[in-house]
Amino acid sequence: MIAAERKPFEQIKLVTDQFENILVVGCNTCVAVCLTGGEKEAEQLAAELRLQRRNDGIGGSVETVTVLRQCENEFVDSIAADVEGKDLVLSMACSIGPQLIAERHPAVRVAPAMNTNMLAVVQKHHVWSEYCVACGDCGIFNTGGICPIARCAKQLLNGPCGGSQGGHCEISAEVPCVWQLIYEKLATFGLEGNLSRIGGPKNWSKSNSGGPRTMKKEGFEP
Amino acid sequence: MRSGSILEKVLADGKFAVTAELGPPKGADPQVIIDKANILKGHVDAVNITDNQTAIARMCSMAAAKIAIDQGLEPIMQMTCRDRNRLAMQADILGAAALGIKNLLCLTGDHQSFGNHPEALGVFDLDSITLIKMVKDMRDVPQFQCGEEITFAPKLLIGAAANPYADPFPFRAVRLAKKVEAGIDFCQTQIIYNLEKFEEFMRQCVELGVTERCKILAGVAPLKSAGMAKYMKNRVAGMDVPDEVVERMAAAEDAQSEGIDVCVEVINRVRDIEGVAGVHIMAVEWESAVPEILSRAGLRAGSGS
Repeated sequence: MIAAERKPFEQIKLVTDQFENILVVGCNTCVAVCLTGGEKEAEQLAAELRLQRRNDGIGGSVETVTVLRQCENEFVDSIAADVEGKDLVLSMACSIGPQLIAERHPAVRVAPAMNTNMLAVVQKHHVWSEYCVACGDCGIFNTGGICPIARCAKQLLNGPCGGSQGGHCEISAEVPCVWQLIYEKLATFGLEGNLSRIGGPKNWSKSNSGGPRTMKKEGFEP
Repeated sequence: MRSGSILEKVLADGKFAVTAELGPPKGADPQVIIDKANILKGHVDAVNITDNQTAIARMCSMAAAKIAIDQGLEPIMQMTCRDRNRLAMQADILGAAALGIKNLLCLTGDHQSFGNHPEALGVFDLDSITLIKMVKDMRDVPQFQCGEEITFAPKLLIGAAANPYADPFPFRAVRLAKKVEAGIDFCQTQIIYNLEKFEEFMRQCVELGVTERCKILAGVAPLKSAGMAKYMKNRVAGMDVPDEVVERMAAAEDAQSEGIDVCVEVINRVRDIEGVAGVHIMAVEWESAVPEILSRAGLRAGSGS
């Protein structure tokens, strides 16, 4: 899923204080599972804003609406009546949400309430870990199904660097060395010898570095 | 003096500056630089040493700039943001200054997809404007980008590029003003063929006060053939070649001579535009055209007159 977390309230307030009628839009997919931007969290943020604005003597209204996915036109278009008359839409989706709302509702100002962090797994309750950077050229079959591009701080392609110690990365004892994990995983298949082959260099042209990407399904007219 | 460079002195004295371009080779032979330097020496005030131009891997601009210095030619070292992060850039800036390089041209750089390593990762840790600010702070505060003190500041004249032909047009002079605000001393423009648009761009620069704080060198280039004119018109991003120039090149008996004439006419026109402090001649892989262009334009390097 896409993992995103809410910006600090003080930061959100700097934007919302400039507007009267505000619509907070939740997103009930990734960020709802993240417990940061779904229907419940949208209502929580709206309540916080109402309280703060009453104390600060700011007029206007704060309403909420939540859609299933802010990354699809049909869901974003469905809030047209809610957007009507608002001065600001505050999106609680990943950064795709506020961008698509701004595109589909061009007359209204839009702001993000979230910081989009990563493509993640839910490692345990309330802990998400980055597993993918959407590089466009997946090579994890050769690394035991573990991605060193997303999970090695140096995006190495040829095994653990000199900073790997006791299974930890040199940047922090909290960070596992992904190449240690890859080595151990391959060893379970007796394939650790594969790591003696020189890997890379990586083709970055398929990643965002190659330019903004689009994807089309063959044989279908948009 | 900020840098003590010849270019800085020529511009400060209000003389019409002349710069050219010298592309490092796709190999390790220093003789290529020496030969090109000898063609340009005495004709120009300083010469741009390109940095992996159009994202093609070449000898580094710092080494080629040092070779140019050894030949008695003042380099303007180009630095792009595409291939290195702020750590490498600051290291190179200090190293360049230590080698006697006195002019630095700060560029974002062409995207790597244009070059011969399209699979390379584009770094773009900084952009041209944040690079300019970093170099200015290194020179004038002096401090590193992180805020730590520099004990021996790199004395560099800071330059940038400006393209009057990119879109949206009303933002072009504003963007150059941002570069001035960030700290440039001079800029060189994209190659000019459309003079009306350039005149309008310069009017905007004067209005914004850009020309009071930054010396603008108009970019010019000799066309070698009608094919090159067409290619630049249709295929090179950010270029504006009017139809009459393409037609003139197509009709010419001696295309190279005609190309030089067109270039000279552009030089003569831009000399009369308010705020133009010099010309930058981009005769890529045609360095020998530079002395001929200057001779036909009746122009000598500011440092030479």
